[in-house]
Amino acid sequence: MPFQPVILWTDALIYLLLGLAMAMVWYTRRYEHLLQPWRRVAGSRTGQATMVVLAFYLLIGLLDTLHFNPKTSDDANGKPVYSTEVLSLFDVIAGPLRTQREKTYSSPFSSHLFSKENVEQADGSLVRDYPRLLYGGAHLDADGSGRAADIAWRSLSGAFNGALAWAALLILLCRFDRRRLHRLLMGRMDNPWHIGAWSALGLIMMFAALWELAGYYHVLGTDKVGEDVFFQSLKSIRTGLVIGTVTTLVMLPAAIMLGIMAGYFRGWVDDFIQYLYTTLNSIPGVLLIAAAVLMMQIYMSNHADEFNSLTERADLRLLFLCLILGVTSWTSLCRLLRGEALKLRELEYVQAARAFGVGHFRILLRHVVPNVMHIVLITIVLDFSGLVLAEAVLSYISIGVDPATNSWGNMINGARLELAREPVVWWSLLAAFGFMFTLVLAANLFSDVVRDAFDPRLRQQR
Amino acid sequence: MTAYIIRRLLYALPILIGVNALTFVLFFVVNSPDDMARMHLGSKRVTDAAIQSWKQDHGYDRPLLVNTAQQGAAVFTDTILFEKSIRLFLFDFGQSDSGRDIGHDISQRMWPSLAIAVPTLLIGLAVNITFALLLAFFRATYLDFWGVVLCVAMMSISGLFYIIGGQFLVGKVLNLVPISGYDTGVNAWKFIVLPMIVGVVGGIGSGTRWYRTLFLEEVHRDYVRSARAKGVSEHLVLFRHVLRNALIPILTGVVVVLPLLFIGSLLTESFFGIPGLGSYTIDAINSQDFAIVRAMVFLGAVLYILGLLLTDISYTIADPRVRLD
Repeated sequence: MPFQPVILWTDALIYLLLGLAMAMVWYTRRYEHLLQPWRRVAGSRTGQATMVVLAFYLLIGLLDTLHFNPKTSDDANGKPVYSTEVLSLFDVIAGPLRTQREKTYSSPFSSHLFSKENVEQADGSLVRDYPRLLYGGAHLDADGSGRAADIAWRSLSGAFNGALAWAALLILLCRFDRRRLHRLLMGRMDNPWHIGAWSALGLIMMFAALWELAGYYHVLGTDKVGEDVFFQSLKSIRTGLVIGTVTTLVMLPAAIMLGIMAGYFRGWVDDFIQYLYTTLNSIPGVLLIAAAVLMMQIYMSNHADEFNSLTERADLRLLFLCLILGVTSWTSLCRLLRGEALKLRELEYVQAARAFGVGHFRILLRHVVPNVMHIVLITIVLDFSGLVLAEAVLSYISIGVDPATNSWGNMINGARLELAREPVVWWSLLAAFGFMFTLVLAANLFSDVVRDAFDPRLRQQR
Repeated sequence: MTAYIIRRLLYALPILIGVNALTFVLFFVVNSPDDMARMHLGSKRVTDAAIQSWKQDHGYDRPLLVNTAQQGAAVFTDTILFEKSIRLFLFDFGQSDSGRDIGHDISQRMWPSLAIAVPTLLIGLAVNITFALLLAFFRATYLDFWGVVLCVAMMSISGLFYIIGGQFLVGKVLNLVPISGYDTGVNAWKFIVLPMIVGVVGGIGSGTRWYRTLFLEEVHRDYVRSARAKGVSEHLVLFRHVLRNALIPILTGVVVVLPLLFIGSLLTESFFGIPGLGSYTIDAINSQDFAIVRAMVFLGAVLYILGLLLTDISYTIADPRVRLD
């Protein structure tokens, strides 16, 4: 095999999450009443547009999750030797973006370095000038002329390719039915699928143009050590998604179990669980996270030999951050579920089940849990954007992800002092904020749609 | 009322004990004092003698729970649990790992924190209520719709962007106020203005949207309909009926955070170089000063519980329907 698959801890959790999501889809499709709220989500124009954006981020995040060790050579016995470097499928697709490093800062689409250096002329004399980049704009003429035309032409051709890909995808989805395609694009279907289709076109064309350009330029510049900022921003997507989803995943079992038990059993169980979450809640979140991360740093530095590679270590740190964020965020969901379970346990069907002698466990599983799932789902979606934003803040105060991990927080942290430079190095910051803003905005809008569709109280008001 | 407050204070005790136990486990059981010493002394090849002397200097050389070497009450008092954890209940924070008196530092540093946090809260409240009322007045129009969209967009921008952007625009491009720093007395105002503006602007999105929902909830109530049916004008309805009733959840939401204002904002203070408790905590995190982090965790919990108590009391004052007994 030319590679050896690697499953990091967070990878495993992402696969678990994917499995759960698929199981949920399979289960939901069988029941009309479960399908109903999702129909409302699909029927919303905002829902359609935001789902496209989220799907795009998700795709890149998933590509970046498939990790492996590449093969370096064969040893004497013909057995393959694998590198210790952990790559992802996304790294392979990005190819040159990852490896083409400049010396230091260069601005977007630039063909010259950001700072002056001693450049050797053809006649051997040294001149203090901005040297050419090794890769960015290297195909241009010596004086870098014709850049604007080159950029325009390449972005056009990239966008055109993107549009072709989009058309092919759409034709495939419509199963080669011309009338169906026409109805879809004109918005004559029962759901506004055309909004989704057209926003997908916009997104794909934009990304394809950028991707085409990225092969020849550093479209978002390079950072201090000359790494491509566009590549960094894309790599950071996975970190953001992991923080936003795995955190909720790890806290979910505890929150659901404890919350429902507190509301259902009442009495001392309730008292104990309430005490538990009030105590955790009363410590300001940042401080608890800071304390826990400090402790973890000590543990990791004292047990440095337990980790095989830097990637593994960074990954464990990411996982631990998710756990800690989960500990600080499960309390609100737990309280909500407790309140709901308190209400549910008095309802007739639960009373009837109890009168028939159904056991507590069975009642909880069959009658209570399914009726609080909408709260769980709304919380998952609502929490997501907050967690993505929290990652950046935590990384800034150095209690976030490992400095070696690609994340928007680390990008901001690394670049924030460069605003004091003259001229200003703005691209790293703007790229990180831009990518983060797009994801969080889409998530916020989507969560509103989901809440409107799932919350029975909101539905009655209308 | 007094009986209620006393009872609530007693309820707070087990929670504080819980917080204390949690920090104790986190700071002394997960990692032993030896680990901490090694972390502080830096390099991997630290001699045992150096570790012992570090522990002795900082009072970590005692046994964790029970000191069998001592007599009488000292069996339990001459331990890490008592010296480092239980003393927090008396607000005796002890010394930081760098040898400073934490209690004194806190009493010094809370004033700059308050100087930023209080005006930010008050002005933010006024701005958010104004915008939310405006949106509620123009409800179900395009102005309302785009206002909400703007709110969501502003919510989606990272708080770091507001800070960095504000510093860049106001401090560097326009050159109006210094970018960071602090001064004593009245001169401090020019260092306060920028963090305050950043704090207010950063909070507009979520604040306005939240208050708008509160207002809209009240707008659909029966008493509002009767008021309108009587012929009361729309702005009178909004100011006299809706605003007053919506103020109850708004005010109680504010009261919860009042005590926490002492701690200040970690992010704002460290960005703007304000010598408050927030930057104190950040510095402690960066220099891995456990004593300070421990003290701040405990202080934060105390203030939070105080906030909850104040909330309950403010309910009775703001809403005569609520009785505490």
